[in-house]
Amino acid sequence: MSDAVCVSSPGSAAPAATATARHSALVRVTHWITTLCFFALLVTGFEIVISHPRFYWGETGNVLTPPLFKLPIPSSRSLVPTGYGYVMPDQNGWSRYLHFQAAWVVVLTGLLYVVSSFFTGHLRKNLLPHKADLSWRVFSKAVANQLRFAPPSAAGAWSYNLLQRLAYLFVIFVLFPLVIWTGLAMSPAFVSAVPATVNLLGGQQSARTLHFFVSLALLLFVLVHVVMVFLAGFRSRMRAMITGRAGEHMEHT
Amino acid sequence: MRESSSRDLSRRKLITTGLAAAAGAAGLGVAARMAQKYGLVPPDHGGIYGLGETLTYASQRLLTTHSLAREFSRSQISKPPLANEMPPLNDEFKRLQAGGFADWRLSVNGMVARPASFSLDQVKSYPSRSQITMLQCEEGWSYIAEWIGVPLAHVLDVVGVLPQARYVVYFSIDPGWWESIDMADALHPQTFLAYGMNGGELPVGNGGPLRLRLPRQLGYKSVKFITHMTVADSLKGFGKGLGSASPEAGYAWYAGI
Repeated sequence: MSDAVCVSSPGSAAPAATATARHSALVRVTHWITTLCFFALLVTGFEIVISHPRFYWGETGNVLTPPLFKLPIPSSRSLVPTGYGYVMPDQNGWSRYLHFQAAWVVVLTGLLYVVSSFFTGHLRKNLLPHKADLSWRVFSKAVANQLRFAPPSAAGAWSYNLLQRLAYLFVIFVLFPLVIWTGLAMSPAFVSAVPATVNLLGGQQSARTLHFFVSLALLLFVLVHVVMVFLAGFRSRMRAMITGRAGEHMEHT
Repeated sequence: MRESSSRDLSRRKLITTGLAAAAGAAGLGVAARMAQKYGLVPPDHGGIYGLGETLTYASQRLLTTHSLAREFSRSQISKPPLANEMPPLNDEFKRLQAGGFADWRLSVNGMVARPASFSLDQVKSYPSRSQITMLQCEEGWSYIAEWIGVPLAHVLDVVGVLPQARYVVYFSIDPGWWESIDMADALHPQTFLAYGMNGGELPVGNGGPLRLRLPRQLGYKSVKFITHMTVADSLKGFGKGLGSASPEAGYAWYAGI
């Protein structure tokens, strides 16, 4: 209502006709399903890891073999020597059930998002960088602006900037495929059908170690993403992703 | 005119949406019926994690029916093979162990033509096979060993499995540990009744004298100290009907992940 007026202010990158549609319903729904699944995968992944907080490289690894590194945390199983005199509560059962269920939901949701973004133009319009921005000069300027925490431009409410686009593309087309690949490479049944999944990674324990690091990269992305939402204006950005509407002026300006 | 066409449009939209929804619901119903018929629904499909479990089991069953677990070279065998902790073995086991397992029996009954009870020597008299495969624990650790034994398919052939058989349920001498697998896994050439490891006897710490080896699933399906098997057409009558002890303890029945 009063937002609609604000939205059509000059300088806004979006035409007035689309003033109430910042994010399509599909983008919003897939965004929040992914958020929910990521949280479930993160918590359950941590629960699974603490039953053996040691990492190896190659095909095999166990308490009799030297680890690549250990997490300095107590374990939930007594088999693992961690230097702590106690074991954590074992939560592996439901954690594994939920981990794989959330993985299915996020993979199917991700597929829907990626496939539809090719057809709706979401990929071309919102994610791929503008041709004019594909230069080192523009990129370094964007990085410099970001490092100075320069306030987002008015257009920022309507469109992703260069660094956002690159970050989102990296998450969607590099980190997500990698986390799925390294996850599947740990499945003895799946790799029996497609052995290259694990052989290309250098072994099952290598896949587990890589899965851990890719998950950390995704966690880092989520943390930065949330910080950026706060810096850009928590209420307006949340409203855009929940209701699809944008348009309130930057709260902090 | 205009009004009527817009009314037509909304009616058409309503009908299309309704038809699409009905088709979707019917499709799901048919999919569920087909999945049940072709054995693509795991016994622990009830509850909030049923969706993920069913998708995993169904897709892997379709993808991996005939695929072989990776086998490794002799140089990749873990030295020493980890014998993970186990609960203190019961008096019955200790008695048999004191006798050098000479009295160890494996009984097989259920939907078979010739129920039987085998001694270890009888099991070892069948053509032996070996595989160098990885044992992967759900905790995250793993080791590679050479497993020597008789393919379960051979023993099932000896007792004569009836055509309506769908599962093999197998029991450890440890009363809390029993599992089951479908016929695709039971008849798979790498599913062994293993009695040897790395050229010698199968150590007690690794499940000796007799262990089921199932290299395409996680270690907890490879039950140690096997004494009994039942061939069945349904898992409803076993325990709580969830397929094995694992789901009763909160772990997935199908562990091919």
